Amino acid sequence: MRSSTLLSVAGALAFLTLWKLVVVVGGYPDFILPPPETVAVRLVEAWASGQIAPHAAATLVEIGLGFAAGAALGLVAGYGLGRSALVAKVFSPYLVAAQATPILALAPVLALWFGPGLLGKVVIAALIVFFPVAVSTMVGIRTVDARLLELGRSLRATRRQVLLTLEIPGALPSIFGGLRIGITLAVVGAIVGEWAGAERGLGVLVNIARGSLFDIPLMFATLVTIAAFGVVLYLVVVLVERRLVGAR
Amino acid sequence: MDSTRGRIDLVDIALSFSKPGKLPFHVLDGLNLHVAAGEIVTLIGPNGCGKSTLLRVIAGLLRPSGGTATLDDTPISGPDPRIGLVFQESRLLPWRTVAANVGYPLELAGVSRREREEQVALVLDRVGLSSAAATMPGQLSGGMRQRAALARALVLEPEVLLLDEPFSALDAITRDRFNVELLELWGRLRTTIIVVTHSIPEAIFLGDRVVVLSSRPAHVVAEIPISLTSPRTIDAMDQAVVSSAARTIRAHLDEDAA
Repeated sequence: MRSSTLLSVAGALAFLTLWKLVVVVGGYPDFILPPPETVAVRLVEAWASGQIAPHAAATLVEIGLGFAAGAALGLVAGYGLGRSALVAKVFSPYLVAAQATPILALAPVLALWFGPGLLGKVVIAALIVFFPVAVSTMVGIRTVDARLLELGRSLRATRRQVLLTLEIPGALPSIFGGLRIGITLAVVGAIVGEWAGAERGLGVLVNIARGSLFDIPLMFATLVTIAAFGVVLYLVVVLVERRLVGAR
Repeated sequence: MDSTRGRIDLVDIALSFSKPGKLPFHVLDGLNLHVAAGEIVTLIGPNGCGKSTLLRVIAGLLRPSGGTATLDDTPISGPDPRIGLVFQESRLLPWRTVAANVGYPLELAGVSRREREEQVALVLDRVGLSSAAATMPGQLSGGMRQRAALARALVLEPEVLLLDEPFSALDAITRDRFNVELLELWGRLRTTIIVVTHSIPEAIFLGDRVVVLSSRPAHVVAEIPISLTSPRTIDAMDQAVVSSAARTIRAHLDEDAA
């Protein structure tokens, strides 16, 4: 095993030990802070019994669609902002204002407009994914080496060729910085959207477990699932990044 | 290469940059230069005199504000595939291999992949870079990168090759070797070559003719023919004609600075 893997394992063990220690020393009951092994057992049970799966599937769809929509719009907007000073000047204030308004405050309004179904969650997730992707794309496009653009001009590259062979590859490392942040925010957006009103989803399950079921280990098991989704999706983005940005 | 093509004529070229509310900035003024097909000419002048700007005018990247620039009697109205340009820095795309960089101009011109591979292999061989075809630019030495940039400029088989201080970032020994190689290449291709340099020995070694430019706004102050035996070797630099040419060039540069 490599030493970095060993360190990761050691870190996870330390975290779990600390968790257990807090429970034991503090003498907390399960309904305040269940110990890690109780949560682990409940997690396996709940997945095996099909209690989590439908909620997880709903949330995953919201995350996926929200991320795709937000990232796509962010890329286009970021390109416009990066290439045109006028566009940046006119639209930046709205962009920043939209980002500065907490998504928690916006979620009820968006739920009201887009309904309690899938669309509302996708819009909320897309909205918070949009900003980091747009900004990182803008920065990436602005920092594309002007000397390479001059080379393209000397070789009579068309607008489209400049975009595909110079601007996008040049901005890619920066764009992926935004996508990494964006994917974790997509998870946040989906859960927040569910809190504002939904019938299904991990955010809903957290509420049910805490409320009507009063099954706190299940609530923690759901939280662990949400966190795991975030980590796995983040790693997927990193893998795609390695593949596309690769060795330079 | 057909040695009757690749003639450059610059007549009364002027170029100034102007910004609203500011005085115009004159870079070139009344510049006349004629380069015959297959000739190799070096441009030398004080720092910041507009040598690179002049090269960009010939490359069609900058439009002169006055005068006419023609290639084989047709006005240069923009970047032209008949003119190849090598910049001071290699400007290789860091995310492409050497072969993909050299094939880039062909790719932009819509040449098929198979044809591209053939021509890239040919031109890489010509500059002695075949073994580095699959290497990423970041792993190459500065000299190898410039070689790749030269290959990229040659891949479209231009009639005119413009080099903007192409070896200025290289150490002296590498530089000498490259200059020899450039002359060998020229001997085989017989393209017209215009080299901007700030080194007097380099200007003499490479040029059939050394063109001395004035400080800004630049115009031609002297044209010094160099009659060295051909083929030139680094040892040729010890000949008396070299030191006398160097003296003449330095005199013109000093006169301008005074």
